[in-house]
Amino acid sequence: MTDSLNGLTIADAGKGLRRGEYSAVELASACIQEIEASPVLNAFCHVTGEIALDRAREADRRLRQGEAPPMCGIPIGIKDLFCTEQVLTQAASRILEGFEPPYESTVTARLRDAGAVMLGKLNMDEFAMGSSTEHSIYGPAVNPWRSHGSERHRTPGGSSGGSASAVAADLCLAALGTDTGGSIRQPAAFTGIVGLKPTYGRCSRWGIVAFASSLDQAGPMVKSVRDAAIMLQAMSGHDSRDSTSARRKVEDFEAAIDGDIRGRKIGIPREYRVEGMPEEVDQCWSRGAEMLRQAGAELVDISLPHTSYALPAYYVIAPAEASSNLARYDGVRFGYRANLEDGDGITEMYEKTRAEGFGPEVKRRVMIGAYVLSQGFYEAYYRRAQRVRTLIKEDFDRVFTSGIDAILTPTTPNSAFCIGEIADEDPIKMYLNDVFTVTVNLAGLPAVSLPVGLDSEGLPLGLQLIGKPWEEGDLLNCADVLEAGADFNKKPEKWW
Amino acid sequence: MAIDIEDARKAAHLARIRVREDELQAITRELSSILVFMEKLGEVDVAGVEAMTSVSPMQLERRDDQVKPGVGRDGILENAPQVRAGFFVVPKVVE
Repeated sequence: MTDSLNGLTIADAGKGLRRGEYSAVELASACIQEIEASPVLNAFCHVTGEIALDRAREADRRLRQGEAPPMCGIPIGIKDLFCTEQVLTQAASRILEGFEPPYESTVTARLRDAGAVMLGKLNMDEFAMGSSTEHSIYGPAVNPWRSHGSERHRTPGGSSGGSASAVAADLCLAALGTDTGGSIRQPAAFTGIVGLKPTYGRCSRWGIVAFASSLDQAGPMVKSVRDAAIMLQAMSGHDSRDSTSARRKVEDFEAAIDGDIRGRKIGIPREYRVEGMPEEVDQCWSRGAEMLRQAGAELVDISLPHTSYALPAYYVIAPAEASSNLARYDGVRFGYRANLEDGDGITEMYEKTRAEGFGPEVKRRVMIGAYVLSQGFYEAYYRRAQRVRTLIKEDFDRVFTSGIDAILTPTTPNSAFCIGEIADEDPIKMYLNDVFTVTVNLAGLPAVSLPVGLDSEGLPLGLQLIGKPWEEGDLLNCADVLEAGADFNKKPEKWW
Repeated sequence: MAIDIEDARKAAHLARIRVREDELQAITRELSSILVFMEKLGEVDVAGVEAMTSVSPMQLERRDDQVKPGVGRDGILENAPQVRAGFFVVPKVVE
């Protein structure tokens, strides 16, 4: 049990609110106070204090009436990628400077309608492209975890790094992230929290600034597996405004958590034991597997033969889709427009606006995307990558058809690195952070990362459980058992 | 595949991103390293494999062709950098 309101889980806060131990206004105020006292983390980029207090008062009214849903009164942070009505939404980019959407994304609208209290917008890599939140117009977000005896700032990962840092530092009870290649799970692993990427199509993408439409999914970043179930419930469901959102009944995710995984088959993929992976990561993985075995699961050695092709396939497909999605940033309809000189025509307006409005990583990916889609390269790169994507998905299909219920892997090949450690000139090195997570997006599967231990430097290590499509309930049940076995329960020592 | 400065210039133009001459060398190098990384895909035998266009086996729904209320003109123009008389303003396009 934690002694501060902002340190609560969603589940515990829900109980306390219903027992009248504190109000939603008190919860929100505790978080806002903590946010204001933590500028060095650079997790929040816009704080919406007034909106938070208005919504908290409304939540208190609903709670008094006794018909409030589980997210009612819960203070959350929203990644800057979600459009929020009349609230600055910039995707951490200069090109969306001053953009206040006239509409609300479906996922944030659902959470708002469920009574969740928006505290503000969270820092991220520009357009969700990055693994360290260093590619942000707001400057890098900082991980509340540091290595033993060091004062060097570490990255909270990315792209949902502000979300991860805010949850880990108890600036909010939970946060929204998005995951295109690992952008929820890698930051969750780096900051010792739980992050879930749902099945593609589970949550509506409407109103989320698009990066790679065939891969993007929104998901919860939270302090426990149970909280992931509660928050996902409020986010899920069909939306006629997103043609890829699934028309499926949404099961009760929290009810699926019963702690019983006896007889479940957990696959351990041999291809994830990559060269150069630190011994500690490997040990953490074995420890996690052993916890599941002791809970009655059966461990099965499996093979996902196309794993090593996932990263190159991803870095063809995602930039190709991004180059198309980001074509809308042209300086005409919203956001930034470059100052033009006399005689500049429309092409100069586009080229100058995009040169000044996009950061270096976004420019790189948009150019790569345009290149792999161009005549003469489309077949060799893009078409081939799409075929390889089919093979990657078939690897998973085969394993699940053979009776495997979930797959256990490390979330990342390393713990959080220092800010500035990976040079901007070496994009591939940064991309390697996603080696265990991109496969899941390519195959459209649900996966959750949860903290399992600390490395010798005192930094969190996470494990990833990958589930069958549409079976988030079963996946979270396995994760809950692993969470209980790991008994992580650690918070960063407060220095900020 | 390593690319040369002309290829990088072409990619920048396709992407409608202005690149200064003194930046081209570095960009060529970065794009080359990414494209070389992608070459690994050439190892895979993809003969007869269908290209994935949708990750979940579902049909896109059709909706009724109905007029519905939207944000409206003023709402749409609200965020534009330059507006006049209910229109977006852009540099002269036609001579």
